[in-house]
Parts: sequence; C-alpha cells; structure tokens
Amino acid sequence: MSRVRVRTEPFDEGTELAALRATGVGGVASFTGIVRGDGGLVALRLDHYPGMTERALEHLATTAVARWNLSAVTLIHRVGLLAPGDPIVFVGTAAAHRAAALESCAFLIDRLKTDAPFWKHERFADGRSGWVEARLSDEDAAMRWTP
Amino acid sequence: MERTILYFAWVREQIGISEERVTLPSDVQTLADLAQSFVSRGGGYAIAFSDLTKLRGALDMAMVPLATAIGEAREIAFFPPVTGG
Repeated sequence: MSRVRVRTEPFDEGTELAALRATGVGGVASFTGIVRGDGGLVALRLDHYPGMTERALEHLATTAVARWNLSAVTLIHRVGLLAPGDPIVFVGTAAAHRAAALESCAFLIDRLKTDAPFWKHERFADGRSGWVEARLSDEDAAMRWTP
Repeated sequence: MERTILYFAWVREQIGISEERVTLPSDVQTLADLAQSFVSRGGGYAIAFSDLTKLRGALDMAMVPLATAIGEAREIAFFPPVTGG
C-alpha cells in the first residue's frame, strides 16, 4: 500500500504513523521535515511541476516497496507558502523488520531531494529573497542508493 | 509538430512566462540544442539559457540529461536543479 500526496494543507504525523501502524507490521520508521528559520527566514514558498511531481514520488514509493518488501509507504510533500516551524515533508515506511523500515525511509528522503521537481524560494526579515540553490551534498546522499 | 515547453522557478522568472508552444528548429536534436537556440532570442532567454550547467530538463515528465534527444516528446520542461525535501 503506498500513499503519495502533494498538498498545501498541513499534515499530522501522528495520524500518518497510526495509519502505517494499522497495517499490522513489525516496524514503522518515519522522517518529518520542518521548515528552519535560519538567517531570519520568514517565508518559504514551494513551487513544483504538477503531474511530474506525483509521478516522481509514485516512482520512488514503488521502487522502495519492491526493494525493501515494504507493507506500506506514505509520502507527503507540501507546496505553496510555508513558515518556520511548519512541517514540509513526511516519509513513513512499514515493514516486517527494522532494517527495511529504516533504510527505505532514508532512501526515500534522500532520493526525493534529487528526483522530485520541487523548488524552494526564501524570503527573509531584512527584505532579501531568492531561490534556494541545490547542494552537492544532496546529490552525494542520493547517489549512495544507486545499486 | 508543436511542443509544449514549460519553465519553472528562476528560469520562469527570468524569461517571464511559464509555458509556450514551439515548433522545433530543424537543427535541434537534444534538450541542450534547444536551450542553446534560445540564447539567440536575447533578453531573459539569453540569461536563463547561457549556462547549461545550471539547467535541468524533462521530457514528458521524466527528468533526463540535457544531452538527451527530444524525439517525439510532446512536453518539454526546463528548470533549475531541484530543491525539495
């Protein structure tokens, strides 16, 4: 069972974790990304490529289910305007054993950062604003999952 | 055949539109060829497409290297490296 959502509304990790736990498996792992307020950030806007985004996330979910024999996976990514402290991304995996749940969760968040078409635009308290630049370290993190 | 070209993030801002319909010039084979052909349009296009190392592309919603042949793809997209998560 895989659930992929791209949405503007907030999500509740507790609800998502309970749904994963309800699949009756041995273990659930999750990652929740929160908007950081570094450098006086006041607003973060997430643009994306509708259609391709869902397709890229579905592909990652399907890949993880097959590679780690997952019972369930949930991928949620928010778009639109966000503020520091807001949850932005949720990755949850359910599997019979901890290694599969933990590894697939790390795989999904690493690869989501390089494979899914989202772009962050930052606005700061002092009036500065601009597009976030991609980091090489994210490419390295994603590369380690290449078989 | 007319293709739809989509632009995102600073590429969209630089050229001022998010979408256009284009018939590919006959000498354009790859995404990189198309990007280079846009430089001659000048203005925001010249700026957005001057440095291919800062650009990424997709054909029919699949991310591919810029050296990829466009072939029969109907939807083309240009955008900066992605920054989600």
